[in-house]
Amino acid sequence: MSAIEPPSEIIWWKQPLDRVEGTWITLALVWSLFMFFMMPFWHVYGKQNLSNEAYRTTPQAFMAKTQAMVDEYTVRTDPATNFPVVRPPPGSDVYLVARLWQWWPLLEFEKGQTYRLHISSMDWQHGFSLQPVNINTQILPGYEMVMTVTPDTADEQTIICNEFCGLGHHNMVGKIYITEGGQ
Amino acid sequence: MSSESFRTCPESGLQFHKPAEMLMRANAVLAVVILLIGGIAALLVTLTRWPAVHLLPPDLFYQLLTAHGVNMLIFWIISFEMAILYFCSSTLLRCRLATPRVAWLGFALMVIGIIVNNLAVANGDATVMMTSYVPMPANPNFYLGLILFAVGALLGCFVFLGTLVIAKAEKTYEGSIPLVTFGALTACIIAVFTIASGAIILIPTYLWSIGYINHIDAAMYRLIWWALGHSSQQINVAAHVAVWYAIAAIVFGARPLSEKVSRTAFFLYIAFLQLASAHHLLVDPGLSSEWKIFNTSYAMYLAVLASMVHGLTVPGSIEVAQRAKGYTKGLFEWLRKAPWGNPVFSGMFISLVGFGFIGGISGVVMGTEQINIIIHNTIYVPGHFHATVVIGTTLSFMSLTYFLIPVLFRRQVMLPGLAKWQPYLFGIGMSVFTMAMMGAGTLGVERRHWDMAFTGSALSFDYPASAFTMMGVMGVAGMMAILGGGIYILVTVLSVFFGKRVESTSEYGTTTSVLKRAAPIIVPEGGHAAAGRWGFAAPGTFLLALFFLLTFVLYYAVNWKYLASVWPMS
Repeated sequence: MSAIEPPSEIIWWKQPLDRVEGTWITLALVWSLFMFFMMPFWHVYGKQNLSNEAYRTTPQAFMAKTQAMVDEYTVRTDPATNFPVVRPPPGSDVYLVARLWQWWPLLEFEKGQTYRLHISSMDWQHGFSLQPVNINTQILPGYEMVMTVTPDTADEQTIICNEFCGLGHHNMVGKIYITEGGQ
Repeated sequence: MSSESFRTCPESGLQFHKPAEMLMRANAVLAVVILLIGGIAALLVTLTRWPAVHLLPPDLFYQLLTAHGVNMLIFWIISFEMAILYFCSSTLLRCRLATPRVAWLGFALMVIGIIVNNLAVANGDATVMMTSYVPMPANPNFYLGLILFAVGALLGCFVFLGTLVIAKAEKTYEGSIPLVTFGALTACIIAVFTIASGAIILIPTYLWSIGYINHIDAAMYRLIWWALGHSSQQINVAAHVAVWYAIAAIVFGARPLSEKVSRTAFFLYIAFLQLASAHHLLVDPGLSSEWKIFNTSYAMYLAVLASMVHGLTVPGSIEVAQRAKGYTKGLFEWLRKAPWGNPVFSGMFISLVGFGFIGGISGVVMGTEQINIIIHNTIYVPGHFHATVVIGTTLSFMSLTYFLIPVLFRRQVMLPGLAKWQPYLFGIGMSVFTMAMMGAGTLGVERRHWDMAFTGSALSFDYPASAFTMMGVMGVAGMMAILGGGIYILVTVLSVFFGKRVESTSEYGTTTSVLKRAAPIIVPEGGHAAAGRWGFAAPGTFLLALFFLLTFVLYYAVNWKYLASVWPMS
């Protein structure tokens, strides 16, 4: 019963490695380093990276910017929620508010165009989960996250909250509609 | 030196110090009681997330999910780990336990903390999940209970460290401490770090909840809280790897392939596992990619390397021990002829395989900075950690229990037929359960969510039918695992309180013996690897390890490919 007894050799650290261990450690180390360098590699050559651009903000300041965008670019009102549907120009800064228990406003993007999407919470923590494309980020109060996104499909994407935020959490649903380009 | 209260177990040869024995029993019983509470919550939560059943109303669901998380991830495991710490110090080193009164004080604080926290959750105003992310408020007693529990556990850690000091001073063992005690020491060091992080974040949060502090930054909370939340799972890793080595030694008389490698791997845990706080912050605002990459990889995956080493050396040591006994036919006779009907072994082996293949691979994949974008906060995440914490930690603790019932409690295991099947029921049920959750998570299904059908929402979303199927499979497999967990509790409680006493006598006496070093290694004819093949002492294990690596590489590649299909983002 040796693993529960003191090592048989006093100088146990000089015991040579078994070949099976040495070989495995080498393989595992190479794989570990490969996985490590895969992350910076993807920042350079991959297309899906978070910029990690973020700013400190306050609910009031963020709401004011969102309201300005809504006032300028609302194209219609959604009948189910009475929320404005906002179609910001390609390349512009787009603001999305997370609050108990809404994603506000609804957005409309054009396929193939790039948008700077700013998101912040008015109250508690929320989880931005865009389905079915499956993009998930954490939304915090006091922080304004900026993601530069380029929708590459013309379809209806749903924003779900996937951070628990109280009793209405499962009803916190928003939309991003993506239209074909050139409309 | 008080030596009048030692007894030697005639079957195992282990020597118990009475105060340590009582503390181990108390902590183990406490742990099993918590497991029962957490298990009932698990049943109801699973029956709600199983779409065809959808049992509970939302408020009760979220409340029970909070109770399930805190009781299982914190109270059950750490209570059992206190028993393991006392076992690995006092019992394995044949030493009197340092300051038993302080250990009892710690135990009392843990019990009070558990009660205070659970009452807060039961009261209905602390439904904040285990993570209690600010600024969502909870009843102050929620935090207070956690703080009291943590202080109690910290006292237990100090008693463990004190016992190591006494054992060295009183020369109760020769040479270096055993590998299993070294693993427990690793767990203890990580525990001290973890509890300190918990204090740094939970004490201000408590003061905030009673109105003394007016603001806690949400990002700062997450960074420090996860140094508690994730590191506490790393205590488990170190502890259950130590339990694997212990069971390999107990069942097979296995010795580590090399002390140097196994101990260095434990040391890598101490050096790097704490960086795992980053795993939860990969899609958070306000942190740089450089910070995320270094920390999420535990500094170039050196802690992952350590787990891969243990994953080889534990079964490798079993293979070498079995080959020495003559099970040398082919590559896998040693494994085929292993005692699969003994739950101490079968549970440990399922724990090892499940932890590596399901929990380990998924953890590294989702902890990759960019891949986390398609996994964060989906039900993939609980799928991953049920594989590490439930299959890895809980199942290995269950298998150790079957060893402890006769040795520590001096009772025979009741319902041995059920006990024999329990690890399979629990281990296979949990494996299917976790993989179904990962499958659903890959399809975007959210964690901590009452209704994936969005009934009654103004805006709605239809998950693909396959996602509902996956959640159904999760429900069925979850029931199987809960049945296995129920049998464990039944067998343990019946055996400990009503089991037949072990026949041999084990009286408390005054004599203690010094723990000798292990017998010297007898190198077989033709060198150490002669019993194996290709110059490898454990060729079967090596082949299994290669299969693991292949699975790992393929699954890693598949996830990058999936990520590449997502909207371009920068």
